[in-house]
Amino acid sequence: MDLDLMITSFPKLLNATLITLKLLSVSLVLGLFLGLFFAILRLNKNPFINKFAYGYSYIFRGTPLLVQIFIIYFGLGQIESLRSSFLWVALKEPYWCAIIAFALNTGAYTSEILRSAFQTIKPGFIEAGKSLGIQSKIIFYKIQVPIAIRQSLPAYGNEIILMLKGTSLASTVTLMDLTGVAKYIISTTFKPVEVFIVAGGIYLFITFIIHNIIKYLERKYSY
Amino acid sequence: MELLAFGKTGWGDELFIATLMTIAVSITALLIGFIFALIFTPLKLSKNKFLNLIANCYTTVIRGVPELLVIYLFFFGGSGAVMFVASIFGYNDYIEINAFITGSFAIGIISGAYSTEVFRGAIQSIDKGQFEASKVLGLKKPIHFIKVIMPQMLRLAIPNLSNVWQITLKDTSLISVTGLVEIMRQSYIAAGSTRDPLFFYSFAAILYLLLTFLSMKLINQLEIKYSKGY
Repeated sequence: MDLDLMITSFPKLLNATLITLKLLSVSLVLGLFLGLFFAILRLNKNPFINKFAYGYSYIFRGTPLLVQIFIIYFGLGQIESLRSSFLWVALKEPYWCAIIAFALNTGAYTSEILRSAFQTIKPGFIEAGKSLGIQSKIIFYKIQVPIAIRQSLPAYGNEIILMLKGTSLASTVTLMDLTGVAKYIISTTFKPVEVFIVAGGIYLFITFIIHNIIKYLERKYSY
Repeated sequence: MELLAFGKTGWGDELFIATLMTIAVSITALLIGFIFALIFTPLKLSKNKFLNLIANCYTTVIRGVPELLVIYLFFFGGSGAVMFVASIFGYNDYIEINAFITGSFAIGIISGAYSTEVFRGAIQSIDKGQFEASKVLGLKKPIHFIKVIMPQMLRLAIPNLSNVWQITLKDTSLISVTGLVEIMRQSYIAAGSTRDPLFFYSFAAILYLLLTFLSMKLINQLEIKYSKGY
């Protein structure tokens, strides 16, 4: 055990954690919107629209995140019309490519979680709203959405943790996140165990915090 | 389509072999995972607090740490660890472990943590009467486990194990960082030499989709087979 290395690498890894957290939070926020949007499409009665939403979630859940990042980062640059469009400002940066891939990926999982949450809402709640004469839009936003959010909290907590682990793939497109820096230190010092303990410890600590926040929210919104 | 031709002109045969490699690694990793699960599930269910703690540490650490980090640990630390063990037995030469073994071991340990949770859940949801009945009948422990618990556990575990299989299959793409030529690595090589990453990575995505689709079909068959009589 090389304690010195563990102590000296800790601040470097902690610094890189900031990038990991930034990637995680931005892609989760974007993914939540995407997920909600596609969950609503999934519930649409038009077969075209809901097949489209199903296809989106099937493709993104059926392929590895690594492939998705590589297609976006290496692949999209090949399309001439994309390179001359305004989107290129984002797509030439590995940071935004990673975020786009993460957001699309977590959006697919989130849409499944929210869809099943919407489908498990008891029809009685909606009927009660209807019989009180509430508009269906307001029923949706004031009754269905809050219940669905509560229902999906445990599964969504898992998804956040999976996404935290997913952000480690950003290191494959040259971003120096926690895993990227850990790999760099390992490959320069050849002390994998020590670095693994420190970096893994940081990941576990973040997981622990996320787990507790979700638990707290679950208790707060339980009925 | 020319790019996918078999033979020297295209990448078809290389990608085909790479796909077989992905399947081989996934299956090996899944089986290694089962071995880990068979060790850790009893520990998880045991009443001994210390054994419990060990099993909980394993599943918590593996499920909380990114797969890529675990793979780097094995990739950079694997041959070191083997050499250390070998040096105890008096063998001091350099040993290199091949990427297939490191990769499937790393993914196997990850998938083992998920399998452990699945088996634990399945055993816990078996009716208590079944345990009591085999006690009353005086069945020996191994027979009780193989003849009574296993078949029921498998039936309950198959739907969740199919998730574990999917996760394992997708995780094998990460082994490409160690240089093992599976779908991802082969696409990387092909994309580099033809300068057509969009095509090859999209093709890789299609291959993965195909694999997940076909394996789902197979698993559904299994599910039907094991739920006969229910």
